[in-house]
Amino acid sequence: MNDHILLPEGSIEKQTTTLNLGPTHPATHGVFQNILELDGERIMKATSTVGYIHRAFEKIAERRALYQITPLTDRLNYCSTPINNMGWHLTCEKLLGVATPKRVDYLRVIIMELARISDHLICNSIVGVDSGAYSGFLYVMQFRELIYEIYEEVCGSRLTTNIGRIGGFERNFTNAAFEKLEKFLDDKTGYPAQLKEFENLFTRNRIFMERTIGCGPISGERAMNYGFTGPNLRAAGIDYDVRVHSPYSSYDDFEFTVPVGTTGDCYDRFLVRNEEMWQSLDIIKQAYQKVQEFKGAEAEVFHADVPAFYLPEKKDVYTKMEALIYHFKIIMGETEMPAGEVYNAVEGANGELGYYLISDGGRTPYRLHFRRPCFIYYQAYPELIKGGMLSDAVITMSSLNLIAGELDA
Amino acid sequence: MLTNQTIQQKLTEKFGEVLTSWQEPYGMLTFTAPKELNLKVLQFLYDDAELNFTFLTDLQAVHYPDNKGAELAVVYHLHNWKDNIRIRFKVLTDIQNPDIFSATALFQSANFMERETFDFFGINFVGHPNLIRILNVDEMDYFPLRKEFPLEDQTRIDKDDEMFGR
Repeated sequence: MNDHILLPEGSIEKQTTTLNLGPTHPATHGVFQNILELDGERIMKATSTVGYIHRAFEKIAERRALYQITPLTDRLNYCSTPINNMGWHLTCEKLLGVATPKRVDYLRVIIMELARISDHLICNSIVGVDSGAYSGFLYVMQFRELIYEIYEEVCGSRLTTNIGRIGGFERNFTNAAFEKLEKFLDDKTGYPAQLKEFENLFTRNRIFMERTIGCGPISGERAMNYGFTGPNLRAAGIDYDVRVHSPYSSYDDFEFTVPVGTTGDCYDRFLVRNEEMWQSLDIIKQAYQKVQEFKGAEAEVFHADVPAFYLPEKKDVYTKMEALIYHFKIIMGETEMPAGEVYNAVEGANGELGYYLISDGGRTPYRLHFRRPCFIYYQAYPELIKGGMLSDAVITMSSLNLIAGELDA
Repeated sequence: MLTNQTIQQKLTEKFGEVLTSWQEPYGMLTFTAPKELNLKVLQFLYDDAELNFTFLTDLQAVHYPDNKGAELAVVYHLHNWKDNIRIRFKVLTDIQNPDIFSATALFQSANFMERETFDFFGINFVGHPNLIRILNVDEMDYFPLRKEFPLEDQTRIDKDDEMFGR
């Protein structure tokens, strides 16, 4: 680098500096350690260490009944927990051969797309915060709160949702949930208006563009080789989306486009995520419309008929023998599942979230593996930041949307 | 359009009878390859103009303690994005000598996944650039996802496993 400066061998100016970025650095938004070799402010080499919050979920899952694994999936990507929960339910349903009613599918789509929005808005506003623009974060944050309130109406909790059951939802959506959803979707006072405002602040902002264009780029080919999926892959120009490639939960009933970028840098990732939020809003509107079309008894359907895995209603447990038996069997984890191997993937907020479930016909999985998109694409991080400035490394990390929980499982 | 039959036919033509246990659980073509051939199979699936399995979705292992001589299975999930078809193939290895060729030269993404598999199952990926523990502490001297490591304390007597245990 500084070859033009003539200094004696071994003098301090010629040496690089070793800097520990993390494990608990405020700019990394999670526990990541990166040992950086710096020449001035330029990164020559990076070594990343992961595993600070490893919780052995795969081992724990081997002793748990299917319904007890849902809370474990909450802790993977904790910015969009419902997608993890739904992905797990879909995997179980695939193993058990359960077909869910259309209304359940649409309600799930609403929840999953809300989760995608809440994840993307956090990621994009944090890119703003890390590049020195704090206000965008405050604009969108109130709508994450509203999304959490919708979760709360549906399942009773906000962050670690444990939402839904095998076969559907634990209860029907209340009117309050739909009212909050309408409030969220309102074009004038709801999220669309706020997202527009957010985009006005950032998308063509000279400072933001200078800061992010060309920062942490990756080519489509490299991204594919590194196992990228989700918005980060699409920003590099490859239009792979699990929702389109292998539609689950009736995603093929909806009209939406898959935005792609070209250079795979921070700016493209930002744009792709923003556009995905618009598409998600569109999907939610379509799904909500379809849900409203169910009338009478159909509008009361919120789960499939899987008595061996779906808990009966509590009042039936006290009055009906069969319900009592199933209640006991489910709670004690006594229901056995068919033997088989299932790989099921959903489009998580960060990419392809896969569940590989091996059952030997017992009460618990023989082996369960989570394919966590974060864990796989984080390998590219040293390559992405090499040769860049230290401050670029920080926004590259936030624009990759690394979630420590998903990284370590 | 690529189908499971075509893939099976092409692979059998290339490798003959050494590929065994052809199955299609839940529609995904699954087979087992000898462990010396894992890279050759991956490379063939990657290079062949028709097969095109250029994306490594997932790589992990499973422990079958009762399967003497082939206790550990390394499972590869591959995806062809052009024809949108997935396959899964397994490589079995002896637990005493768990050496398997590393796929890192073909897929960069295999790096962390192989480290994770090494970390939890002790599979030695030959040719891996940096095969060290990734999620567990460096001082750990066992491989926790193997079945002989029980999750719960086995000395407990207050739980009757015959009735409620799993």
